Amino acid sequence: MRKYVEHAVIWLALAFLYLPILILVFYSFTDSTMIGSVRGFSLQNYVTLFTEPELLQMMLGTFTLAIGVAVISTLLGTMGAIGAFHAKKTTRTVVEFLNEVPIVNADVVTGFSVCILMIVLFHMDKDTYIPLVVAQTALCAPFVYLSVTPRLKMMDGALYEAALDLGCTPTQALFKVILPQIMPGITSGFMTAITLSLDDYFITTYTKPATFDTISTYVVNATRGSQTSIKTALWALSTVIFVIVIGIVVGMNMNSVKQEEE
Amino acid sequence: MNKLTFDRKMLVIPYVFFLVCFVILPLLVIVYYGFTDGSGHLSFENFLAFFTNPKTMGTLVYSLVIAVTVTLICLAIAYPVAYILAKGEYAKHHFFLMIFVLPMWINFTLRITALKEILTVIEWNLALHPFANTIVGMVYDFLPFMIMPLFNAFTKLDSSMIEAGRDLGANSLQTLTKVILPLSVPGIISAVTMVFLPAMTNYVVLDMMYNSTYIMGSLIGSYFSSFDWNNGSVISAILLMFIGLCTILTNYAVQSKAERSRA
Repeated sequence: MRKYVEHAVIWLALAFLYLPILILVFYSFTDSTMIGSVRGFSLQNYVTLFTEPELLQMMLGTFTLAIGVAVISTLLGTMGAIGAFHAKKTTRTVVEFLNEVPIVNADVVTGFSVCILMIVLFHMDKDTYIPLVVAQTALCAPFVYLSVTPRLKMMDGALYEAALDLGCTPTQALFKVILPQIMPGITSGFMTAITLSLDDYFITTYTKPATFDTISTYVVNATRGSQTSIKTALWALSTVIFVIVIGIVVGMNMNSVKQEEE
Repeated sequence: MNKLTFDRKMLVIPYVFFLVCFVILPLLVIVYYGFTDGSGHLSFENFLAFFTNPKTMGTLVYSLVIAVTVTLICLAIAYPVAYILAKGEYAKHHFFLMIFVLPMWINFTLRITALKEILTVIEWNLALHPFANTIVGMVYDFLPFMIMPLFNAFTKLDSSMIEAGRDLGANSLQTLTKVILPLSVPGIISAVTMVFLPAMTNYVVLDMMYNSTYIMGSLIGSYFSSFDWNNGSVISAILLMFIGLCTILTNYAVQSKAERSRA
């Protein structure tokens, strides 16, 4: 009895999470403009998605921004984590507090506050993309810090000393000893930064150039509008992203299974 | 001592500089804007206006109602799911945890679009049930974020505690209320913090569900569009105080819990 209840809970919750996405995936391959009215098979949505300049530009912009922000966040966050880990306890406490602020803060407030400082107070031009990149980095870098720190704690501190004793310069020791050991933390921090940037709506809205759109801001505007070809092309975009995410997750899963076997 | 040699400690400097300039300073500027009027004079007017205007107070109450409802429903779904994934029938299948958190990586506006299409078919006109649809939308959006912290709490929970409770004669309900629930409090707290604040501020879900009532986030959005920086800052500062208070309370709750369990 208990077993059946458990199966029911899991599968009902999965149905709630996945049915909307799966139905949308199905309809993205038809020429219907509304869910519920089945018409014929069609790849028109995918053609629109990959030929409409507006959509292409939006997707390219979103991914370029995400990669740029993730690179900067990873650099800053990793440096911060290594530095704080070897600094005095008081310094570390202060850094940990500062690091916690953007994490607990609401994205709306983070975005709005950077907008007020850079755009309203210092009259910085939004079109330089600097406010946007800075604001997103302020959100993402703390998560990189959080994913690198546990790796530093796991590391054997004697290795760095050994490298120095064997004649490495501190810089060499950093690149040849510390970085390889904390690499998994850096990679997962980088991935987190990418997904945070891709998912962000609020920070982007408050700091982006007027003509620039990411997937989030574009979708919100598109659902207000009435252009059906764009609307259904976004179904195709959902499908593409869904497939990519599944691919990455399954790949990571298989990788970790393989590592366990080894 | 050669002061010019590179030291690992120094790597922290750019990061601290960045956080101070682009996280702390903006928040201070917000507080400054909140407590001054358009011409830069110190003024509590905007603040008082928020707490005396029935409209803005109504927004605060509506945000809290939405946040509490969404958090409770998310907990009611995520708690059993996380428990089953960590301790029940599915404990050996790591794969299932993966598919429960996978939606976190799909853009939330696209996921809400998908949900909206389905709800439109079911209800025909979404504008008829704005509150219910907002709740469903937010639960749909935030649910995956709640499963992870609860799952972590349950995996740390020692199964022998549950068995000991049963051996000592507790029935299923007693085991739940006297053993599992108290031990999972830190997990519940961190799960709640993942959902409560976004539910007060994520106004995009409301907009997409044709809910024209404001929550706290919508106020910032509308002041932003009308270039009213002072009033926007007032709302941000109020949210900031609220967040600070919640963080202190949750830290206190987790800490005192840890101390008690050590004693």
